[in-house]
Amino acid sequence: MTDTTNAPAAPSNPPPSQAARKGAWSRFLTATELDTRLIGMVAALILIWGGFHMYGVLVNGQGFFLTPRNLWNLSVQTASIGIMATGMVLVIITRHIDLSVGSILGFTAILMGMMQVNILPQYLGLGHPAIWIITVVFGIICGMMIGGFQGALVAYGGIPAFIVTLGGLLVWRGCAFLVARGETISPVDATFSLLGGGPYGSVGATGSWIVGLIICAGIVFMIVNGRRQRTKFEFAKRPYWADTFLAVLGCAATVGAVLLVNSYYWPKGIVKQYIAANDLNVEAETLFISHGFAIPVLVLVVVAVTMNFVMNNTRFGRYVFAIGGNPEAAALAGIDTKWMTVKIFAIMGGLAGLSAVVASARLNSATNALGTLDELYVIAAAVIGGTSLAGGVGTIFGAILGALVMQSLQSGMVLIGFDAGMQQVVVGSVLVLAVFLDILYRRKSK
Amino acid sequence: MSANTPIDRTGTPLVEMRNMSISFGGIQAVDDVSIDLYPGEVVGLLGHNGAGKSTLIKILSGAYAADSGEIYVNGEKATIDNPRDARTYNIETIYQTLALADNLDAASNLFLGRELTTKFGMVDDAQMEAECRKIMHRLNPNFRKFSEPVSALSGGQRQSVAIARAVYFDAKILIMDEPTAALGPQETQMVAELVQELKRQGLGIFLISHDIADVMELCDRVSVMKNGQLVGTEKVEDVTDDDILGMIILGKKPGAKAA
Repeated sequence: MTDTTNAPAAPSNPPPSQAARKGAWSRFLTATELDTRLIGMVAALILIWGGFHMYGVLVNGQGFFLTPRNLWNLSVQTASIGIMATGMVLVIITRHIDLSVGSILGFTAILMGMMQVNILPQYLGLGHPAIWIITVVFGIICGMMIGGFQGALVAYGGIPAFIVTLGGLLVWRGCAFLVARGETISPVDATFSLLGGGPYGSVGATGSWIVGLIICAGIVFMIVNGRRQRTKFEFAKRPYWADTFLAVLGCAATVGAVLLVNSYYWPKGIVKQYIAANDLNVEAETLFISHGFAIPVLVLVVVAVTMNFVMNNTRFGRYVFAIGGNPEAAALAGIDTKWMTVKIFAIMGGLAGLSAVVASARLNSATNALGTLDELYVIAAAVIGGTSLAGGVGTIFGAILGALVMQSLQSGMVLIGFDAGMQQVVVGSVLVLAVFLDILYRRKSK
Repeated sequence: MSANTPIDRTGTPLVEMRNMSISFGGIQAVDDVSIDLYPGEVVGLLGHNGAGKSTLIKILSGAYAADSGEIYVNGEKATIDNPRDARTYNIETIYQTLALADNLDAASNLFLGRELTTKFGMVDDAQMEAECRKIMHRLNPNFRKFSEPVSALSGGQRQSVAIARAVYFDAKILIMDEPTAALGPQETQMVAELVQELKRQGLGIFLISHDIADVMELCDRVSVMKNGQLVGTEKVEDVTDDDILGMIILGKKPGAKAA
């Protein structure tokens, strides 16, 4: 059919006057195809980081925020929330919500604690190398089953996700208490605890460089491959300078991150321990050992890349977006929307289980209060990261940036000495403000 | 009235729905209705709102499961339990609501549920966009918004995406639910031309409409429904607008009026 009303308004080449009127900035955005809201979030992050650092410099005489140590800690703290936020993106895109993730985290942490401390050592012996693997797999499967069960209640029972997971919030927290009779399970398996980070739970300088190079290679491959695809089908290509710019930017950010984590050295106490344990004949003051990337951060990176791939390159991901955009249309297109809902909630539960691994390993113990209020941080991370509560829109990397923003606010306020009440006020206000800005942004782009 | 070549109705019908019934919570939405459709034929389905036209057709497209009745495609009994089944019988539907996912682009909507994949099983967006460009060039040469979500398109452009989806996959049986309801006169004309072309290609089309003039122009036969029951099926050349109006409003067949 011909659309006569729109034909004159959409000429193939805009008149030169109009092109000239578009500023350099907007031409830059068009050429690089960068998302304005992504840039906005990075800007907000820089503002938050700079702000906290300057506040420290001006008020306390010394800034602690922009130090390798703080940023390294920030990356570890973001991991647990970030892992769950990637799953929450799927849940919110399909117009649901999951309020139970914090409780699932707590419950699976307790289950894993029982598994590795009370059950497995009986059969395998204390410190057996298989313990941590069995425990992690067990925890993720428990999370998936809990999530899948809740998803089935939503999809086949027709109960709103809000109610199902609000119930779950109480039920799983209660289960965590009942199973462990309120006790804290500690210490966890020695290998397992490495998954939580710390000096031993990091990959060191060489390891970080290898990770960094792999990421850089991945970035370059994606840009080259995208270009090849566009050439093959004769679609409009990004200009060479824009592709080069994106590649250099991505690689520079990666190398910067490696340099940063490598310039945070082990504390002297740990170094002394290390020298004693290995019978080294050096002075602790002269030995500098880099942390490098913490293992939980690498877990987050792997989860993010995988989830991003699933969302953008598989049918499953396409159906998630379709269901969010128009559930009825998705069903009429032959998509089994109910089974999809079960799968999405199962993934969310599995990721909560994985977060429980990171969180309990970091604490070196499992308590039934682990993950309390995490659901709010996870939902806030997803929403601040551009996931629309109306459904159909959201990105994985946005959610991780959102998690980083939330965590930066949180730890920044701790550093400058805000008390707990003030922190809650700020975090709550930021969430509401972020959603409001999001609504303004969408209204404008319509 | 249409200057159509006569339809050969001696062979096996393309589709036959026999004694279809469905009820929702005690309301008999479709009550023992039988209709059929031959290759190259357009059958109009008429009736008031709530007469059961859309419900009947949703049984054929797999959106609803009938309580009783049988469907035959090319003379063979067909089992249609969901939209996927309908598609395997080459039954394609253009819904009144268009059934588009507003947040996805034209190509993603075109291939929704039937994505093209690379040899690694990943969705092949570039290939799908290329195919989408091809078919849209045929249906609507002015269509250029390939990378934008369909929510950014005009009513006519959205309609052409919905039509492209039905036409692209070699439909043999096409269901059009109020295809012109949201369109201006010029676009309506384009739909009419498309229907004529698809007819020539031998497709069978069920056309649901409110507009009697539309139906008289495009259809070969009309089936009129009232309160879930079939009032009757007439050849367009045998009846007048008033006869059809009588069937819709009073539920009586043209023959009965003469008596």
